[in-house]
Amino acid sequence: MGGPSKGTGIATREAYGEELAKLGEENKDIIVLDADLSTSTKTAVFGKKFPDRFFDMGIAEQNMIGVAAGISFTGKTVFASSFAMFASGRPWEQIRNAVCHNNANVKIVATHGGISVGEDGASHQALEDIAIMRAIPKMKVINPADGAATRKIIREVASDFGPTYVRLSRPKFPILYDDSYSFKIGRGNLLDDGSDCAIIAIGYEVNESLKAAEMLKAEGISVRVIDMASIKPLDSGLVLKAARECGCIVTAEEHSIIGGLGGAVAECVSAGYPVPVVRVGVKDVFGESGDFLSLLEKFGLTAPHIANAVRAAIKMKA
Amino acid sequence: MTAYALVSDKQFIADKCLLHRRHVVKMVRLTNSGHIGGSFSATELLSTLYYSFLKHDPQNPKWDGRDYFIYSKGHISPLAYSILADCGYFPKAELATFRKLGTRLQGHPDRNKLPGIEASTGPLGEGFSMALGLALAQRVDRKPNHVWAITGDGEHQEGEVWEAIMAAGNFKTDNLTIILDYNKKQNTCEVNKVMCLEPIADKYRSFGWNVIEIDGHDIGQIMDAYRKALAFKGKPTVIVAHTVKGKGVSIFEQEASGFHGAPPNDAEFAKAMAELGPAKEPDFF
Repeated sequence: MGGPSKGTGIATREAYGEELAKLGEENKDIIVLDADLSTSTKTAVFGKKFPDRFFDMGIAEQNMIGVAAGISFTGKTVFASSFAMFASGRPWEQIRNAVCHNNANVKIVATHGGISVGEDGASHQALEDIAIMRAIPKMKVINPADGAATRKIIREVASDFGPTYVRLSRPKFPILYDDSYSFKIGRGNLLDDGSDCAIIAIGYEVNESLKAAEMLKAEGISVRVIDMASIKPLDSGLVLKAARECGCIVTAEEHSIIGGLGGAVAECVSAGYPVPVVRVGVKDVFGESGDFLSLLEKFGLTAPHIANAVRAAIKMKA
Repeated sequence: MTAYALVSDKQFIADKCLLHRRHVVKMVRLTNSGHIGGSFSATELLSTLYYSFLKHDPQNPKWDGRDYFIYSKGHISPLAYSILADCGYFPKAELATFRKLGTRLQGHPDRNKLPGIEASTGPLGEGFSMALGLALAQRVDRKPNHVWAITGDGEHQEGEVWEAIMAAGNFKTDNLTIILDYNKKQNTCEVNKVMCLEPIADKYRSFGWNVIEIDGHDIGQIMDAYRKALAFKGKPTVIVAHTVKGKGVSIFEQEASGFHGAPPNDAEFAKAMAELGPAKEPDFF
């Protein structure tokens, strides 16, 4: 796979750690919890600066989420972090009831999402987190595409009220954006315009989608590329516009093809403007150990696979 | 802002307990659903807290100086609602809407619907963690507000409870008092037949807690325990309150689950109201 166009940046979790510490300086009502992974989730940066506002809750995610809700009831903004598997899966019912049903101002920032955790293998690779978070009323679900986007997104999420799940990744990501990137909850970002097919992607897959679009351009196929960092609320206006103007859609995510971004887009399109939707993602299987890039190849998440999906989607157009 | 006027008259509280037990039976009867047994075991514990100890203001539920109370055993909502209505959080007539469509008096307490409810609870174990969160938040803000929560014995079978017990002991949250309504029965039958908790006091002690054991129906012992809990420094306190599920009505006490979650039929309702006897003030209907 080719190198990123603007060079290698930092991991989204690193950007999170740095931005959270900055926010901690500006807002004394930010409290941060972690479950013994702060050196990996990077909340340790905040913890070192503000030890009175940081609690390591130990390896006990269910209690961490309940505690986060309780703290938020006093008007505070609480960030709670762990790996995506243990931040979303282990305490799902606490997130559903203690956080979302209470409408608690809790931000669950999950790092090491998807197969990006790599060598740790299937047990640690959250491939269903977007689906199970998205299904909960009041929950917002955000997945940034690079470090610069993460900084803006964390800042926006901190100033917004209510339950939010932010999915971050382990490895360094290519640089996609500079400081001019702006993020609004519920808005996607049009990166490349085109009219034969639209690729809607999140996270690392935005890079692969741009590469796929470049490959297809050589074949005379005009592809639109959208970064849909805000999976919920989804930018349905942008999705339906893509459906109308391109006539078919490919989604790309480092997540199961069941219930994630692809599910959200398919739900939106089927209700608003039915066109073919081909979902690129992990095909209802568990992951396995390996380095991130090898895993992307193994699970069919690289640019050539996305390009194939685009060709297939175009063929499905009536 | 003035807090709710607290009283220390034991007879006053005993009279209120009778009123609340009558209300609980009537509410559950009226809507044909709800939890009587656990409400009855906790009646003295909560009445003593609300009328004699808890700093709160029904006219200003979000008063900054208030203590927090969390119903971790959220299924005792009929008792919660009867007490909150009597304190003045909402009109008593609203008790007749319990568990009915459109009500603020949801099956389990909802903080976004009803004033006086600090946390939406019901799923067991979660209120315990939320109470701990509130206690930690008071520490961050260096505020003296106390956090109270009532928890069930069966609830202690939840792993989350033990995570919270470990964390509270670790953080030495002495501004947190947990009331364990140890009525010895759960949904199926006796707690010890389902999943034994003993030795529960020793378990709490070994997790770094101050433990007080009392008869949870003796108002004098309850008052004494609450005073000691508020004064104790350096550790969170658990009050292991030995209670009787369904306390005050023989058929409730004798039932295998302590009349956990079933509504009374005609005969049971009549017998319960007769055994409880008339209250000193009129019921809500």
